[in-house]
Amino acid sequence: MTLLISALTLGLILALLALGVYVSFRIFNMPDLTAEGSITLGASVAAVMIVSGHNAVLATLAGALAGVVAGTITGLLATKCQINPLLSGILVMTGLYSVNLHVMGSSNIPLLDVKTLATIAEDFGARIFGGTANLNVAGWAVSVRDASMLLSILLFVTAVCMLLYFFFRTDLGTAMRATGDNPQMIRALGVSVDAATIFGLAMSNGLIALCGALIAQYQGFADVQMGVGMVVLGIASVIIGEALVGTRTVGLLVTGTVMGSVLFRLMVAIALRWGLSPNDLKLITAVFVFAALVMPNLARRLKGRNLKAGQPAAEAA
Amino acid sequence: MPVLEINQIKKTFKPGTPNEVRALKGVSLTLEPGSFLIVIGTNGSGKSTLLNAIAGTFIVDTGSISVAGKDITHWPEHRRAQFIGRVFQDPFSGTAPTMSIAENLVLASRRGRSRGLGLAVNRHAMDELRDRIRPLNMGLEDRLDNPIGSLSGGQRQALTLLMASWIKPELLLLDEHTAALDPKTADQVIQLTHEIIERDKLTTLMVTHSMQQAVNLGDRIVMMYKGNVLHDLKGSERARVRPQDLLNRFEDVRRREQLDGAVADMLTHSYV
Repeated sequence: MTLLISALTLGLILALLALGVYVSFRIFNMPDLTAEGSITLGASVAAVMIVSGHNAVLATLAGALAGVVAGTITGLLATKCQINPLLSGILVMTGLYSVNLHVMGSSNIPLLDVKTLATIAEDFGARIFGGTANLNVAGWAVSVRDASMLLSILLFVTAVCMLLYFFFRTDLGTAMRATGDNPQMIRALGVSVDAATIFGLAMSNGLIALCGALIAQYQGFADVQMGVGMVVLGIASVIIGEALVGTRTVGLLVTGTVMGSVLFRLMVAIALRWGLSPNDLKLITAVFVFAALVMPNLARRLKGRNLKAGQPAAEAA
Repeated sequence: MPVLEINQIKKTFKPGTPNEVRALKGVSLTLEPGSFLIVIGTNGSGKSTLLNAIAGTFIVDTGSISVAGKDITHWPEHRRAQFIGRVFQDPFSGTAPTMSIAENLVLASRRGRSRGLGLAVNRHAMDELRDRIRPLNMGLEDRLDNPIGSLSGGQRQALTLLMASWIKPELLLLDEHTAALDPKTADQVIQLTHEIIERDKLTTLMVTHSMQQAVNLGDRIVMMYKGNVLHDLKGSERARVRPQDLLNRFEDVRRREQLDGAVADMLTHSYV
């Protein structure tokens, strides 16, 4: 049960990453590798501020803001400097590695005995559920600590999703979506494609850094290596989400992405429980995304071949 | 005050390379309010380049362009959009395929205006969309939530036309907007073009390679050739012109060109 709850909690936190990746990967068709740096940036900024005694909420916001700055830089490189978008992301990601080490001062910052959003959530939960240490949920014993953490993150992610859902439907949000869909058209309608791209990448990396800040507080440390493989992880969540609920409306896309992230985390938890070595996790994630990207094409081609093969038979009959 | 004033614009693509193309060689043109200009010309005559220069797809090398009294020579494309409505040749260029019909139309309803955090497709907007889309008689008013990518090229081009004129543009630019459609659909789109321009008294510049369209539409014909304006037919001269006359003029140009070639050959023979 603890395993299930921690998988759900982490899946929900990582949903913020998936939403950020959705913005760059699906809206702008740009796999933005800045994410690998900005998730660590969010974590390190938040961790350092918390350790130095700042308010956890303020520290988390500062972490997200640092991600916004990182995304803006990638956007400027890709538009104003006309560097290949993929390379722009790689450049910023590489630079951020050093920046993160500078911010943290070491490769790892533990968050022990400090007031983080996680401990705030625990206190909050303890007050709601009274002094008991365990709750009885359908016959399972669930620690109040885990339950309150899950509940808080669920509320928070729901709020972020609602904000995003609303934003994508505003004049500004629709213009941003149209920028990725048909830049020529949106330019002719008076929107600066450069400005929209920079704004979109800033937003994407802000979400991702926010995710980083929350992960650091949830797991109790920030680590300079924590960003590795995060883009592929985000893409995997986005793809699962699209397979689950389709892409018809913005609301479906947002909920699908969150569901994708949670489901992926659950699958990982189950696989690890069955004895999968954690070392193989990234390889399996990469293979999974590869398969998900190739399958639709492969299925179409096979279908086409079957049709061709089927035709003479039909004529003969 | 003229709506469009083009003064001696020149544009060379890939200058200094073997692929250098001098696409515009000093074109000047003035459009009065409410006039409907048709630009014709052979492939490579610079007619589309002229339109793109006005729209801001690129910045001209020399010369100046003014729209509605404002010098827009160095304005980026998106800034010019506040004055200019545009329909592209490719029916898929003017709409965002994965977004709904309603969203596309609302995007167009804010052309060149600031876009804030108001809900884009609200109930009030939906009513207006339905009212303005109904006259198309395509039954689209009941399908506003469908992705626009599910429509045919003709339907999308009709919608693009509606979008380009949603807010009355100072200048409407049409770039061979029926060239990629089948004849029947092309006729319908031309009919719609005619209706919209008449109704809103739009100042229009339309590029086409159909002599029939050139003669049937508009009140002025400009014939371009090798980056220059070759003929500018207006008033009574324009009123008398028939498709055959335009073809003859093209034939004249071609013959003159062949003659030039022959002369060049002769000179080469004599002197080299």
